[in-house]
Amino acid sequence: MILQRLLSGDFPRSRFLTALLLAVFTGLALAPFLFPGARALNVAATVCVFVVLVASYDLLLGYTGIVSFAHTMFYGIGAYGVGLSLHSVGPTWGAVFMGLTIALMLSLALALVIGLFSLRVKAIFYAMITLAVASAFAVLASQLSDFTGGEDGRTFGVPELLRPGFRLVEAEVFGTAINGKLITYYLVFCSALALFLLLLRVVNSPFGRVLQAIRENDFRAEALGYRTVVYRTLANCLSAVVATLAGALMALWLRYAGPQTTLSFTIMMDILLIVVIGGMGTLYGAVVGAALFILAQNYLQALMKQGSDALAAVPLLANLLHPDRWLLWLGVLFVLSVYFFPTGIVGKLRGKSK
Amino acid sequence: MTTTPPAATADAELPRLRLDTPPLLVLPILALLALPLIGSFPTWVTLTVAGLAMGMMIFIMASGLTLVFGLMDVLNFGHGAFVSVGAFTATLVLLPMQGWMQADSVLMNLTALGLAIALAMLVTGALGWAFERIIVMPVYGQHLKQILITMGGMIVAEQMIHVVWGPDQIPLPLPTSFRGVILVGDAAIEKYRLIAVAVGLVVFAAMFLVLNRTKVGLLIRAGVENGEMVEALGYRIRRLFVVVFVAGSALAGLGGVLWGLYKETLTAAMGADIMVLVFIVIIIGGLGSVGGCFIGALLVALVANYTGFLAPKIALVSNILLMVAILLWRPQGLYPVAKR
Repeated sequence: MILQRLLSGDFPRSRFLTALLLAVFTGLALAPFLFPGARALNVAATVCVFVVLVASYDLLLGYTGIVSFAHTMFYGIGAYGVGLSLHSVGPTWGAVFMGLTIALMLSLALALVIGLFSLRVKAIFYAMITLAVASAFAVLASQLSDFTGGEDGRTFGVPELLRPGFRLVEAEVFGTAINGKLITYYLVFCSALALFLLLLRVVNSPFGRVLQAIRENDFRAEALGYRTVVYRTLANCLSAVVATLAGALMALWLRYAGPQTTLSFTIMMDILLIVVIGGMGTLYGAVVGAALFILAQNYLQALMKQGSDALAAVPLLANLLHPDRWLLWLGVLFVLSVYFFPTGIVGKLRGKSK
Repeated sequence: MTTTPPAATADAELPRLRLDTPPLLVLPILALLALPLIGSFPTWVTLTVAGLAMGMMIFIMASGLTLVFGLMDVLNFGHGAFVSVGAFTATLVLLPMQGWMQADSVLMNLTALGLAIALAMLVTGALGWAFERIIVMPVYGQHLKQILITMGGMIVAEQMIHVVWGPDQIPLPLPTSFRGVILVGDAAIEKYRLIAVAVGLVVFAAMFLVLNRTKVGLLIRAGVENGEMVEALGYRIRRLFVVVFVAGSALAGLGGVLWGLYKETLTAAMGADIMVLVFIVIIIGGLGSVGGCFIGALLVALVANYTGFLAPKIALVSNILLMVAILLWRPQGLYPVAKR
């Protein structure tokens, strides 16, 4: 069956989850037609990119049991690779591919070196080293301002096909103009879908099973004859490559690459929150988590503002509900979910259907 | 068994622990090597004092973390939150006592600062106790969850700072008598840095004495070395751990006050920012080792200051390079703790 092959035999296994995933999928697939407006489309594109980014992180955290804080570094390398190349060479497809190739090579090399250097030791060691390396990289990117544009980042032109001014057909389809923005959106969407299915394939392959074995008991996996260092490093490289691609997609979508949108520690925190709340060790968690999180990020704040205004008379409570404090509530949710449902939303849903 | 081994009669008969000297020599060698590179002696003195001051502050923040890890195998990624909370708590005293702070009297300045530090340590100590109870205790022995949950704790703490103190940066000017520089020959040394060095030395000395001369210290060292054995001898290592955790948090609070005054502005993210340096320091020092942590902190700070002067572009990654170099020399850190 074709669906079986596409999903690599890893079905959602819960009616509600299936409905949720279908809703997210159709919502994203038809976003330009269902939700008109630049902001809604931006939210949809961000969800697409984050699904890939978070899924690739889940490959590390959920499937292999490695905590890395360098995931935004690879994401940033992808964004900057495409961005700087387009900025310096000019808006051609050649520049996109050149930038992407350089970014992929750099990510791969870094992932390999960091992996071989520190994955031999404990998870905790790797977490600290990646934290140090990633923060050094972020500082480097903002300091080398002649090259990267510093804190301001770089805006750049994209190939003509992707520009908002470009029209594929003059007529409007279902009241939506078929312009470059739409084409870019579908480029992002299709790439994200392909990458997600690829990751699904990887985690359901024999290789993915070995990773899970390492997560459960690395000593035993080693005893069975699997070189854990090699597998961990491979998983690290693979996840770095996918994160780089996600970064490149984001750069193409935003036509901008800067430290705040790619390298900042806040994004790393967002990824962690999404993985844990969505559900570790299942890629569908990334879809559900990313969709909920980005929606909340964009629309929940408005709700909180209402609450805050309503409680303006109560001093501390109003502050608690201030729209900028939404991360507080997510943090609380994060801590609670690590304790009480470590398998996240997806795990909870699957557990019920059994 | 008829013959019992003779009981140890005097300390003199016990084999003495050999001092591991090479890591101790790294610091002076580094400082001496930097002298000809920098070229001017006064500049070198200024840089070295600046480096020592920064190193002492980092040591104060890092020492608790490394002990907690050594004792219970718990790595608290939320340690940075205590640094921020400490610094912000100090403003509760320092801002109302602005008059005392600006007064041109060393005694009044010191009193205000002392009160601020005491309150900060008290609050962070209490917070550390709560953190240990609520956040850390349920996830003993599970590294992955520890990392995640302490990280979550830090997010919450950081956001709570925003809730209580508002989202803006808070300026925290130095007391009048600590401002300015002292001229030693041609070398200009900021007064506050000397104070930071002094406080750091006092903390290190106190820690050294407690760890090496008291029973609690003996138990802590034994616990780091082999926790199960200490438990088997009838001591509750859990209780010891809580004490160390609270003390470590309080020290982080102290470090936060010093660091905040050094930077003269407070942001809620300052703790998270400094954590990167702290992690590098405890990796360099060897996880769980206080002495290694001390040397590591000074090394990191000195290298950062020297390279910042000699080659500002390299300075950004100097910490990473230093860490790589040290780990190539001693893969477990300068003073590896036996069992790990």
